[in-house]
Amino acid sequence: MPGALQLILGVILAWLALGLAGVFYPRNLYLVSRVLFPAGALGALALAAAALSALGGVTQSVVLPLGLPELPFHLRLDALSAFFLLLLGTVTAGISVFAAGYFRQGEGTAPGLQCLYYHVFIASMALVLLADDAYAFMVFWETMALSSYFLVTSDHAKAEIRRAGFLYILIAHIGAIGILLCFGLLHGTGDYTFDTMRAVQLAPLWATIAFALALFGFGAKAGMLPLHVWLPEAHPAAPSPVSALMSAVMLKTAIYGLLRVLFDLLHTQVWWWGVVILVLGLATALYGVVFSAVQTDMKRLLAYSSIENIGFILIGVGLTVTFQAYGMRALAALALTATLYHCINHAYFKSLLFLATGSVLHATHERALGKLGGLIHRMPWVAWLALIGTLAIAGLPPLNGFVSEWLLLQAFLFTPNLPQPYLNMLIPVAAAAVALAAALAGYVMVKFYGVVFLGQPREPSLATARDAGIWERIGLVWLAGGCLGLGLAPVWVIGVIDSVSGQLLGKTLGASATGWMFLTPISPDRASYAPLLFLLVILGVWALTWLAVRRFYHGQMHRAPPWDCGFEAQTARMQDTAEGFGQPIRQVFEPFFRMQRELPTPLDAKPRYRVSVEDHLWYWLYLPIVKFTQTISRVVTLLQRGRISVYLTYSFVTLLVLLLFVR
Amino acid sequence: MHLPLTSQIINLLAALLLLLSFSMLTQRRILSLINLFALQGLTLTLAILVVAWSTGQHHLYYSAALTFVLKVLVLPGVLHRLIRKLNVKWDVETLINIPTTMLVGIALVILAFNVALPISQLAGTIAKSTLGIALACVLLAFLTMITRSKAVPQVIGFLAMENGLVFAATSATYGMPMVVEFGIALDVMVGMVILGVFFFQIRERFESLDIRHLEKMKDE
Amino acid sequence: MISWPGLIAQLTEILLAILLAPVLLGWVNQCRAWMQNKSGPGILQPYRTLRKLFAKEAVLAHNASPLFRAMPYALFACMCLAAAIVPILGTDLPFSPAADAIALVGIFALARVFISLAAMDIGTAFGSLGARREMMVGFLAEPALLMVLFNASLISHSTSLTTIVEHLAHVEFVIYPSLAFAGIAFTMVSLAENARIPVDNPSTHLELTMIHEAMVLEYSGRHLALIEWSAALKLFVYSCIGIALFFPFGIAEGGDAAGLLLALPALAAKLAIGGFVMALIEMISAKMRIFRAPEYLGTAFLLAVLAMLIHLLLGS
Repeated sequence: MPGALQLILGVILAWLALGLAGVFYPRNLYLVSRVLFPAGALGALALAAAALSALGGVTQSVVLPLGLPELPFHLRLDALSAFFLLLLGTVTAGISVFAAGYFRQGEGTAPGLQCLYYHVFIASMALVLLADDAYAFMVFWETMALSSYFLVTSDHAKAEIRRAGFLYILIAHIGAIGILLCFGLLHGTGDYTFDTMRAVQLAPLWATIAFALALFGFGAKAGMLPLHVWLPEAHPAAPSPVSALMSAVMLKTAIYGLLRVLFDLLHTQVWWWGVVILVLGLATALYGVVFSAVQTDMKRLLAYSSIENIGFILIGVGLTVTFQAYGMRALAALALTATLYHCINHAYFKSLLFLATGSVLHATHERALGKLGGLIHRMPWVAWLALIGTLAIAGLPPLNGFVSEWLLLQAFLFTPNLPQPYLNMLIPVAAAAVALAAALAGYVMVKFYGVVFLGQPREPSLATARDAGIWERIGLVWLAGGCLGLGLAPVWVIGVIDSVSGQLLGKTLGASATGWMFLTPISPDRASYAPLLFLLVILGVWALTWLAVRRFYHGQMHRAPPWDCGFEAQTARMQDTAEGFGQPIRQVFEPFFRMQRELPTPLDAKPRYRVSVEDHLWYWLYLPIVKFTQTISRVVTLLQRGRISVYLTYSFVTLLVLLLFVR
Repeated sequence: MHLPLTSQIINLLAALLLLLSFSMLTQRRILSLINLFALQGLTLTLAILVVAWSTGQHHLYYSAALTFVLKVLVLPGVLHRLIRKLNVKWDVETLINIPTTMLVGIALVILAFNVALPISQLAGTIAKSTLGIALACVLLAFLTMITRSKAVPQVIGFLAMENGLVFAATSATYGMPMVVEFGIALDVMVGMVILGVFFFQIRERFESLDIRHLEKMKDE
Repeated sequence: MISWPGLIAQLTEILLAILLAPVLLGWVNQCRAWMQNKSGPGILQPYRTLRKLFAKEAVLAHNASPLFRAMPYALFACMCLAAAIVPILGTDLPFSPAADAIALVGIFALARVFISLAAMDIGTAFGSLGARREMMVGFLAEPALLMVLFNASLISHSTSLTTIVEHLAHVEFVIYPSLAFAGIAFTMVSLAENARIPVDNPSTHLELTMIHEAMVLEYSGRHLALIEWSAALKLFVYSCIGIALFFPFGIAEGGDAAGLLLALPALAAKLAIGGFVMALIEMISAKMRIFRAPEYLGTAFLLAVLAMLIHLLLGS
């Protein structure tokens, strides 16, 4: 009977083999889509099962005789890794099945190569979660970045996609430098295994520097403000299953890394680290949601919404660090549970929505919200499944997004008096900001769903849109089922998360005192929530009302043209566009944006309306850096003369200097 | 465990004072601003009366009477006459929009409380926990003055600031000595008279009470 | 844990809420009419409207999707659930552990998202205009309501509405200054949420100024009846939340029958006064420009946040 770790390694090997098989038949679409991707999905399920079995069990570790001499890969499977592997396995299963129906001939890179990059990508993510030494971690981390870069640029004929890919790989590498330096600080004088790092006691100053580097490095990968700029470029550029994978799983590996460094490798916590993460998380959440409300491209909208959700997760991490630093273990466990719960929730609903946009994209060849509409009639499967994702991401009960927000708000609300007066005052303000961001997410999602799926089709070509195929449907149903399950059975999910909190904080939450149906994290009379009962009451009243109306009155109905206050010349172009729906947000949050508007005058024969909304940070932070880099490189270019004898002189001078100093 | 009832009432009145300060901060109409100012004076009077009654400090009754006469009757009356004469009762747009002003106001409340915390721990009075609120009222009144561009709302802000100071003195040390209090009251009266004259003067000069016109006077 | 008397009390309360909600709406409208020196249609008028609408045939646009037809039922179900978890007469509610104060806000948000989506479904200019404005009101009103409820939670150390009411009504009398702020914030939010002046005008017939009415323009017959009933129910539930948070005296503790019987006239009196005050506020204020609404609601939101700070400042 092999252990869970061996099984997981087997799955990873199988993924790599599937990827290689794709390389040998790069143009064989049938093989790739009917054999390789479904097999990958089965592997993902096996991996999830192994991870689940490992969650409650003992930590397993193995040393692989790979890599450089004297530097073998150490792998380790503990509760934290197992939780994120579970997330990876279950979500990837859905995405892989969807991908089986998604990748087609003639869209950028050949399907076989896509299959290779895809499987290398998921395998490297799984290995990042398993790595137990800095060397292996960095190797897998970079493999993950590179394979996803190739996936992002799969449509590399377009210049904008190449640009997006470049920005992505650039920020990924700057972040990787931060992580590398952080590991350099953590290892002290020993070797680079995480075991050594756990044993090292760092001085407070060095620990703080290591924390800052880790936050920078992992924050860059997660899309934390102000390192988020790659995210809204790279996610729309990638094919939809890849966007889903990146948003659902890759961002979570960064959260995993942050948790690993904060709670496992660095074992001291300082309260203000938590405040820093909390404030950055709040800024990220508000910023992400405000920007996603004004987007006009459906994938960019979802990408900004990912930034918002990462903000929520970071808020949870920040609270956990603060509580842990003050020794409030129970609250720390509550905050960590909210964090991890939101990680898995976001993985499900965001991949569901990204895949739904993929189906829409394939059916209509349109990404711009202004050219969609009315798809609920043409694509009922996608539309109804996307509705579940929409309600979940808007944080509405009884779906999953609400549970994690509920837990997060509880963590804020039950914060007792903290020893820091300013911090004490920050807590309610932060809770208010969380509530505001959550409500804005509802706005964004009504806009997304209403403009894409409801109303009249804005373009005549939409009339020929076809619903998703069977493979895509299976993938979407799997993920939508996950959203429902995670929303309705929170007590079970928290039972799973408890083993992680037990490992990291030494304290578990204990989700319920009054049975599996009621979620009562603190005590039944302080807070309780029973999503299943909630759903049953709504469905019951629904059915009763329906029956009563039929019984006492009638079900007569006839169809007519829309009323619209008697206006007859109603056309599809009179509906709110994406710009129109975002207009209140543009007005209320005007200082957030760098806006350029072109308004028609009443006398224009051909009125033209144009508005572009950009990011201040790009101009305030990134362009100065770019200018600075260019200045430096101009100075360095002076060295370049183009004549061989000058270059030889450089070598000669270097040689002389070395001879003089080294001797 | 719970505070005595008088303390609770003082806390409630302090909260009302803060609430009125916030309403003044967000009020656009000059007429409502004056009424809010009178209401604030009334709340202040009540607060001083409750402190006087519960501690038996007699001079506080005089202080309360002075506050009532000056801040509830005289000054609002003068201000009402003034705006009738100057004919400036329309709405005044604030310089910064209102939610932003309120956000700044909340930050000020947090700051004020944390600054006042060590002092109120030293004070032994029954109203010591309201010192932070009193300080917040002063700062909010200051903010009211900053965010208005018209002269009359600025003067009301100035007067509201004085309300906050009196409340701070009451809550920290059971009021200032009577002499000082009379002095301040006299100052406010004189200030009011001078400002009244000043209003008429700047309107004569600029045909408006928008003090942004004063910017033209530099280097002249 | 679930007792039969409790269950009966619970069901009675829900039925009471559903049946009495239109009276409250009628009462508010009647008060408004009196203040405008009109005779008014009588407080039973909402029932007549409902009966008329139920009897009529429903007319649906050609391109209405199933979502459009399902919405009125979902809306009604959401409001019934909200009525089930708010303590109206007594605090022994078996359904109350299903959802606490945060979930209550979630229910209202769910209802709002449903109605906005349905408004966008036909694809008319007014429908999407209404949906956009409703969401604009919602994104500030929702956190403001949550913060108001948090104030009560901070006092009673619980987010469960029954515990909050038990704490506020039956523990020794204490003045909570923070509730003064929260009360003003709540009043502002409930006017906005129930589509009353100064944010929306329930009796307007000018399309361009409508919010709630613009969203339901395409509905007719039984669907419209359910929506109107839900709106009345929402007003009722909001009033009951206000009573539970700010004037909880008289709500029966536990499930004793005598207390419940006494609670009924107390509730009726409180609702009558609350409805009168609401009509009064509507009478003396003017409807705001639509872009003043975010400012108004932002003020309410920040007041509620300020109330939490006051609670911490005064340490009571």
